[in-house]
Amino acid sequence: MKPLNIIGRAQYQEIIIPFLSIVTALIIGAVIIYTTGANVYKSYQGLWQGAFGKPRAIAETFVITTPYILSGLAVAFGFKCGLFNIGVEGQLYAGAVSAAFIGYAVRGLPHFIHLPLAMLAGIVGGAVWGAIPGYLKAKTGGHEVINTIMMNHIMLKLTDYLVKNPMLDTQASIPRTPYIQETAYLPKLFPGFRLHWGIIIALAAVFLIYFILYKTTIGFEIRTVGYNQNAARYAGMNITKNFVLVMAVSGSLAGLAGANEVLGLNYTLPAAFISGYGFDAIAIALLAKSNPFAIIPSAILWASLRNGAGLMQVRAGISIDLINIMQAFVIMFIAAPKIVRWLYRIKEGKAKAEVVLTKGWGK
Amino acid sequence: MNNESLSLKGIVKVFPGVVANDHIDFSLGRGEIHTLLGENGAGKTTLMNILYGLYTPDEGEIRINGQKVQIKTPSDALSHGIGMVHQHFMLIPIMSVAENIILGKEIKKSGLLDRKKARNKIKELSQQYKFDLNPDDLVKDLPIGTQQRVEIIKALYREANILIMDEPTSVLTPQESEELFSILRSLKNEGKSIIFISHKLKEVLEVSDKITVLRNGKVIGSVEPDKTDEQQLAGMMVGRQVILKVDKNKMDRGAPILVVKDLSVNDQRGMKTVNNICFTVHEGEIFGVAGVQGNGQTELIQALTGLIPFQSGEVTIQNRKLSGENPREVTVLGTAHIPEDRQKYGLVLPYPVRDNLILCSYYGKPFSNHRILNFSFIAEKASRLLEEYNIKAPGIDTITDTLSGGNQQKTVVARELGREVKLLIASQPTRGLDVGSIEYIHKKIIETRDARCGVLLVSPELDEIMSLADTIGVIFKGQIIKTLNIEESTKEKLGLLMAGIYK
Repeated sequence: MKPLNIIGRAQYQEIIIPFLSIVTALIIGAVIIYTTGANVYKSYQGLWQGAFGKPRAIAETFVITTPYILSGLAVAFGFKCGLFNIGVEGQLYAGAVSAAFIGYAVRGLPHFIHLPLAMLAGIVGGAVWGAIPGYLKAKTGGHEVINTIMMNHIMLKLTDYLVKNPMLDTQASIPRTPYIQETAYLPKLFPGFRLHWGIIIALAAVFLIYFILYKTTIGFEIRTVGYNQNAARYAGMNITKNFVLVMAVSGSLAGLAGANEVLGLNYTLPAAFISGYGFDAIAIALLAKSNPFAIIPSAILWASLRNGAGLMQVRAGISIDLINIMQAFVIMFIAAPKIVRWLYRIKEGKAKAEVVLTKGWGK
Repeated sequence: MNNESLSLKGIVKVFPGVVANDHIDFSLGRGEIHTLLGENGAGKTTLMNILYGLYTPDEGEIRINGQKVQIKTPSDALSHGIGMVHQHFMLIPIMSVAENIILGKEIKKSGLLDRKKARNKIKELSQQYKFDLNPDDLVKDLPIGTQQRVEIIKALYREANILIMDEPTSVLTPQESEELFSILRSLKNEGKSIIFISHKLKEVLEVSDKITVLRNGKVIGSVEPDKTDEQQLAGMMVGRQVILKVDKNKMDRGAPILVVKDLSVNDQRGMKTVNNICFTVHEGEIFGVAGVQGNGQTELIQALTGLIPFQSGEVTIQNRKLSGENPREVTVLGTAHIPEDRQKYGLVLPYPVRDNLILCSYYGKPFSNHRILNFSFIAEKASRLLEEYNIKAPGIDTITDTLSGGNQQKTVVARELGREVKLLIASQPTRGLDVGSIEYIHKKIIETRDARCGVLLVSPELDEIMSLADTIGVIFKGQIIKTLNIEESTKEKLGLLMAGIYK
């Protein structure tokens, strides 16, 4: 019976630390609100109602949850192989641009071909943009952190150029691409709400990624490389192949997130399209400890904070930047669990299966 | 020996879930070499870390020269005259002997280093104990045995009266060990006290004045070397009768399995560490490679198992030529590999035991089909291996990291020998293991040989090579300088060869 106890305890610890991190961040947030002279209760009430107060608020929260799940999953998938994909933002843009292009430029296809084609374009666009730094790491040892950051900059500028020049809708009053054909629309989930089928696709992606990671030999290799490259080589696994594969899949998830935004929400890609999803995704993956299923609540939390912040500002006059501060604290506590353990006097679990985040800069 | 320089009384140290030290009493006389003997996990290291100020005891007292003392940090330990010579040297290779010794306790003149005075001080110490050290030599140019002397002088320079030697002979040739023992004896004659930690029973009997055996955090007993023998000590360590001698039949040598011809291999820095090596391992033969660590053994094994590329030469396994740098190819040809560093190469520690047991076979049927893992088969196979190889784990889902070293190594052995193999490449297969596990793994290696496999065994422990191998090749500077049958090998002969002296 004893070993069971240990395992149960480890699982309990995996949940309790993130939970207490969030609680602590909320408490710190309350202290900050209080010291600025605002009403804590009103602020948090605003935050809650902004995120979940009305059906429309809930629907909006899940609209934001959709790209958060996919991009968080993208980062988490990289972590599983010991890779730190900071390039989700760029890959998301690559997916959005590709999907938008297929969405408006291809005409005369039926819905059941055009929509999947446009989504596929988004997936491929993201995959290519992710695979490039993966390939560079495999062949030259160039660190993926540096290269994905640079690929972000390239993609942001490239998107800006494309949308303002070859892809520009000359009739539009703001710089944006032409609207996509109706045959490429990702349908709404409920009439009257902006929430679209993207959320279902995102949830399906969670299951798919879980399946790949834990039920297939591909995932076994990826996780082995992530935990211990030497042992992976010893076992005859091809490390460089896994790097390219993981970065491509990670990029394709990000690309899908971008495609969803165009095909399900905006129906166009404006030049001023600013997502920030790709960077929040890192926090979401950290909070979820790279567990595919934990990405879902983690993404919902981030989305509700982002969605609820507006009403909090209106009701209590608190700057929405407070949300960023609280998110930063959550991540700090996740990254340094010792603080939380010390605060709440939680003993360290014995059987700890460490979460691999990323490898150092060596080699 | 009433003249006590150190006494530990009722030391207790509890870690979550384990009592590492359970009311330990230990007393060290002035001018005494006192050995602490015990298996891994017996509590030796914990006790020494308490003495060196790395841990604080939960209970108990430490007395030095009769005075009760508190040791909270290593510098407390130093100020009480306790010095430690670590198993892995704490030296900076590119600095000189003198610089290494004074580092952290520099002799200064008006705020600047007084090199001259430091050199003289070191020369003085070196002469006093007949160490034969030149303060200006760079540490990286010194042989291992001499580096160890630098470590000892470092402690003496800090005026240590009690020296803790942590497995000091594990990196030495038999001859170097002899030299170390004579140094220890001369230190003892100067009134220094020495705590000697080792698990090599022969040398413990040779060098100690007194032997204290620990088991499961408790003192089992103290004996004097002339009133005991290896058998009794091993029994005290393990808590049961131990068969020290490995029983085996005479070799029945068959066809060649592994043929290595003119193989050269570079290490990470591009230095040629394996130099045109040639040897053959046959069916039913254990070919032991004896040599001091760092003579190319690591690179040889890594090249043979496909982890690093060949520079030149040819390797054939079962008459198939290896293409090089392809571990999968080597595995598929029926090779089992017990790597030198099980935690670095052999295991994924955060994985459950089950996953480690399929690490080299997950990709083929029936472990997986069309890339989907077949969990029911995997669980069945893993449970079978767990039982067959006597791995003490609560279940196949136990995280490997939580197992003891011996059970981790058994996991590696179970995985490697649990499939069809024709060749076993084992590198230091019993490193850091307890006597019980060593016994078990030796038995398995012999069984593998008797099942008509070829075995290539690399180990720095000469005793291990001599008790297992049928043929011994001595490696020196990347070459097999001589191959002998076990019948014609003696420890002296091998010791000289290992130091590069032959003919």
